[in-house]
Amino acid sequence: MEALLGRYRNLTVLVVVVVAQLLYLAYQVKTNGDERLIRVWAVTAVTPMAGIVEAVRGNTIGFLQDYFILLDVREQNRRLKSDNDKLRMENVYFRNQLATAENARALTMFQAQIPSKTVAARIIGNSTVASAKAVFIDRGSSSGIENGIAVVTPEGIVGKVSATYPLVSQVLLVTDPTFGVGIESQKGRVHGVLNCSAGKCIVAQIQNEDKVDVGEWFFTSGEDRIFPKGFPVGVASAVQLGQGMKDVKLSLSGAPGGAEEVLVVLQGVHRDIPTVPVVERSNATLLPPPPAEGGPNGQQNPKPQTEADKILQRYAQIGKEQNHSYGAYGSNMPNFNPKAVTPQPGAAKPAASPSILGARSDAPQPALQKPELSGPVLPLGAPRRKPGADSQPNQLQPKHE
Amino acid sequence: MTEASSEQLLRRPVQEIWTSRFQVIALVVLTLIAIIGKFYLPRLLPHTEWLELPLLLTVYFGLMRHSQIQALFFGAFVGLAEDSLAPATLPIGMYGITKTLVGYFAAAVSLRFNVESSVIRVILCLFFYFFHAFFYWVMRRALLAQTIPFDPQETFVHGALNSLIAIPLFLILDKMKVSGPS
Repeated sequence: MEALLGRYRNLTVLVVVVVAQLLYLAYQVKTNGDERLIRVWAVTAVTPMAGIVEAVRGNTIGFLQDYFILLDVREQNRRLKSDNDKLRMENVYFRNQLATAENARALTMFQAQIPSKTVAARIIGNSTVASAKAVFIDRGSSSGIENGIAVVTPEGIVGKVSATYPLVSQVLLVTDPTFGVGIESQKGRVHGVLNCSAGKCIVAQIQNEDKVDVGEWFFTSGEDRIFPKGFPVGVASAVQLGQGMKDVKLSLSGAPGGAEEVLVVLQGVHRDIPTVPVVERSNATLLPPPPAEGGPNGQQNPKPQTEADKILQRYAQIGKEQNHSYGAYGSNMPNFNPKAVTPQPGAAKPAASPSILGARSDAPQPALQKPELSGPVLPLGAPRRKPGADSQPNQLQPKHE
Repeated sequence: MTEASSEQLLRRPVQEIWTSRFQVIALVVLTLIAIIGKFYLPRLLPHTEWLELPLLLTVYFGLMRHSQIQALFFGAFVGLAEDSLAPATLPIGMYGITKTLVGYFAAAVSLRFNVESSVIRVILCLFFYFFHAFFYWVMRRALLAQTIPFDPQETFVHGALNSLIAIPLFLILDKMKVSGPS
């Protein structure tokens, strides 16, 4: 026996090592136990170095961008300002919506829109298994992260936390072949299961009788107890009839493998699936422009506010009646004292108007009509002038109720 | 025996010890770099998941060390280290078993063929990459009942790319004499 073992020493050692690992593997599968100690040691040993490398890379790139690559700064600044303005408009819109909520239904809808409690995290590394899609994020159990909770981005879903360590966590991406997500179509509310494999994602478990259109959005249904309902997942890129089940291909709206910053959903809140298209939903809904003053045909007829406005309006009417266009070449001087001009009721008829613009007339000038004021409203209790105490007739008086 | 030769006899073990320590440290550091590289490189350079630096290191150690037992233990160590960084849904030992076999067979091949030639190294790297991917796929199907895709054409292309990477990598490792005296 010893001679046999000595002769096949290498093979014996190989068999022993492989069998030992097989037994250890079988033990893990049988007990469904996670060998936490080994993983914690390995992750704790590797992730700090990966974090240092990531920090060096980020700082180096940031330094280069800050000091050397300033070509697109102005364009970026303009774009950021534009985005900022859009966000401000959205903010105003939501504030107004909150302020004008009149009934319980509106309030309930708004409460449903309250986002889930999340924590931001940064992806610092990938899994060592090429066929398994998993990444590591720089938030761990010390940040309140637990196994099985969802990881999303504003664009779409990313994956779920598959393991937590003190300072980092492992996220199994939705593109992993062993991962399934319960999803629901936007229009027909058709339920299915998202499965991704070899870079392609399909929606399984959809009957041929169910109606799904190309370009239709899918959202999380919340049935998997991982992702809250209402998160966007992707768009149906191809729909074909299959054998019993429909073949629906889905293009994910987010980029699970390419994201750098993610949100870990600590407390998920289910939301209704929006009925409007996602592209339109992202923009603030604005009211239509107000109708033009002066009638529905848009012809403006502004009410004169000052004496200058009245004179201008009168001269415009004279020019229109005498078919005269002011400032036109070869046009004669219009008659500013036509007989046909009807005086305004209640207004004094001018005895003589100056023939030359700006010339003084000896005739008494008509009393100026007091225009209606929309001036500043005095606060309550402020001292007010009595109407009879006004000594100057042309002085404008604020109108008080 | 002259004084000069006796001094040489006294100095030589010290140099060998220093060389041996350097080799061990270099091997550990390179293994760590390979594993961290696989952990982090896809973040730095997208679409580099196919790069199997730990596998190339295992193959090189097996080819140049000419010791099947050392090679299989080295492969087991590297594989288990990779397993510990794998998704928690995968039990530890999948890569360990696969790389144990790779290390053993690489050392066995080196006992029968001249593995100093770059052509032989490229062919062996391609073969071991394919064997590694296929055996891992078989184990996941057989032991874990997990259906994952296996594309032979894609695996072949990735194996060829890894073989091309192996040529300069092995030359650098030759210069460093990481594998020690054969």
